[in-house]
Amino acid sequence: MDKRADAGVTPKTGPAVEIIGLHKWYGEFHALRDINLTVARGERIVICGPSGGGKSTLLRCINRLEDWQRGRVIVDGIELTDDPKQIVAVRRDVGMVFQHFNLFPHLTVLENCTLAPIWVRSMPKKDAEEIAMRYLARVKIPEQAQKYPARLSGGQQQRVAIARALCMSPNIMLFDEPTSALDPEMVKEVLDTMVELAGDGITMLVVSHEMGFAREVADRIIFMADGQIVEINEPKEFFAHPQHERAKLFLQQVLR
Amino acid sequence: MSAAAGGVYLRDTPEAALPPPVLRRGVLGWLRENLFSSIGNSVLTLFCIAFIAWVVPPLLQFFIFDAVWSGSDRDACLASPQLPEPGACWAFVRVWINYFIYGFYPIAERWRVDLFFAALAFGIGWLAWLGAPRRDLGAAYFFIVLPVLSYLLLSGAPLLGLADVTTALWGGVLVTIVVATVGIVASLPIGILLALARRSDIPVTKILAVMFIEFVRGVPLITVLFMASVMLPLFVPDQFSPDKLVRALIGVALFASANMAEVVRGGLAAIPRGQYEAAAALGLSYWRMNALVILPQALRVTLPNIVNTFIALFKDTTLVFIVGIFDFLRTVEAARIDPHWATPITSVTGYAFAALFYFVCCYGMSRYARNVETRLARAHRR
Repeated sequence: MDKRADAGVTPKTGPAVEIIGLHKWYGEFHALRDINLTVARGERIVICGPSGGGKSTLLRCINRLEDWQRGRVIVDGIELTDDPKQIVAVRRDVGMVFQHFNLFPHLTVLENCTLAPIWVRSMPKKDAEEIAMRYLARVKIPEQAQKYPARLSGGQQQRVAIARALCMSPNIMLFDEPTSALDPEMVKEVLDTMVELAGDGITMLVVSHEMGFAREVADRIIFMADGQIVEINEPKEFFAHPQHERAKLFLQQVLR
Repeated sequence: MSAAAGGVYLRDTPEAALPPPVLRRGVLGWLRENLFSSIGNSVLTLFCIAFIAWVVPPLLQFFIFDAVWSGSDRDACLASPQLPEPGACWAFVRVWINYFIYGFYPIAERWRVDLFFAALAFGIGWLAWLGAPRRDLGAAYFFIVLPVLSYLLLSGAPLLGLADVTTALWGGVLVTIVVATVGIVASLPIGILLALARRSDIPVTKILAVMFIEFVRGVPLITVLFMASVMLPLFVPDQFSPDKLVRALIGVALFASANMAEVVRGGLAAIPRGQYEAAAALGLSYWRMNALVILPQALRVTLPNIVNTFIALFKDTTLVFIVGIFDFLRTVEAARIDPHWATPITSVTGYAFAALFYFVCCYGMSRYARNVETRLARAHRR
């Protein structure tokens, strides 16, 4: 079932994300070096690699939470420039889930989910609430709708964050280490939600160390180190026969 | 514990949950726990009781039991055989009370001031009562309708049949309330804008905001008032020079805004970066992000400081007398030297009355803020 058709958004053609010759520096530090990547519509990509390798930075360039000094990023056919209109247009269509959830603590779970549909998409409050309840049911916490985030466990908060992003009916979802801040017993509930989502055909880019998840849902795995894309491969091949030395070393350490 | 020596331990019977031990209950228990829990605390408690016993009875004696409540001139408050040691001369306050409230506002027009007080109280009540219906309308009333209404009422609108009353005639509580309200109502939005500007990425906005805030904050309110009332006319042609009270109002508003900006900035700094990123990632524009996500949290954090600034501002309004405006304290000051009421206790009574007025207003604000704080804290743990 195509959720996007539900929301009345006509699927565009062309790649979901196109990154061409991207370079980024933090002061003197060359954080992203010549990144070239094309993500097809509906593709599920897991980005992994040692910490400090630029995974999150790359992900955050896709909705321009980070800016860059050289190169181009084109999302959903819209090129990200300094123009705030372009940036907002991209952000409306790109959902993001953060490592630390970043729910709004002063709003209830339901209000967290309806805020952007009401104020960015100018949706009537009733419709927004209906949609929010539908997504909260999908992430299996409709009964928490009237609570404030502080009352929820980490896993529940992260599922709310996923529902909040889905309420904008995005074409692309970005996950920035969504399970890294969770207690071990809560990782599974969040991963299950993401696996389910992957079945919907939405474009997903996931920065994660969860190799089981990567094996299960990823179409391609991108291995990054030192601000560069070192290896791109299908999961089966990547786990069985990593090509690059860095990838081999990394997998040895992770899959012990 | 059978497992003390190492090896395997398995609990066979679960341990039931017990109520906490009942140690000391009732009044005596409370006293022991709170007032006499240690030798040091016991000494402090006794010392405080002694202090209260020493200070409070004479105060009550002076301000209530021995006080003179009625009379038409100083004779009522002078020592006499019936009253060898007269207390506070409240009769003086009763006779002068209208002057304290209205200043020289024409007697026939004073209903307009009363109406203004009522309209203001209504607006404050609407906004202060958290459970009130349509508080959005209340805000519109308070920030848009009320200022216009107040201006027409107090200053006069000949078209509506309200005679002009020049601000030179305004005085007393009326002026204090007007100055404080304008200061408070203007300082919050202007302060928020300045705080946002100061954190802006745009260098020009940022530099202007920093310059304004640091300059105004770096001089005393009296200086700002002097500049507003003395220097402004030097730069502006006479016919465009605003009214004396308006000039003071502008000075107070600017001063309060600069202080408020720093208070709000503190709150903004306390908001984690993730909140900005989450709001931005959802596609919220700069203004909506601030209005819907950042400021509600920042203002909540700074509520105690904001109220603190309001209280300081309320008390600072007394400084407008420096530029020749008759605020409440100035009217008391003027009345206490009235020869008809010249007694040894007139001044004390006048000042006590002024202190009572300021205390009631400021303590009210403080209590209300405490109340809101606890309510907010409770609500968001639900």
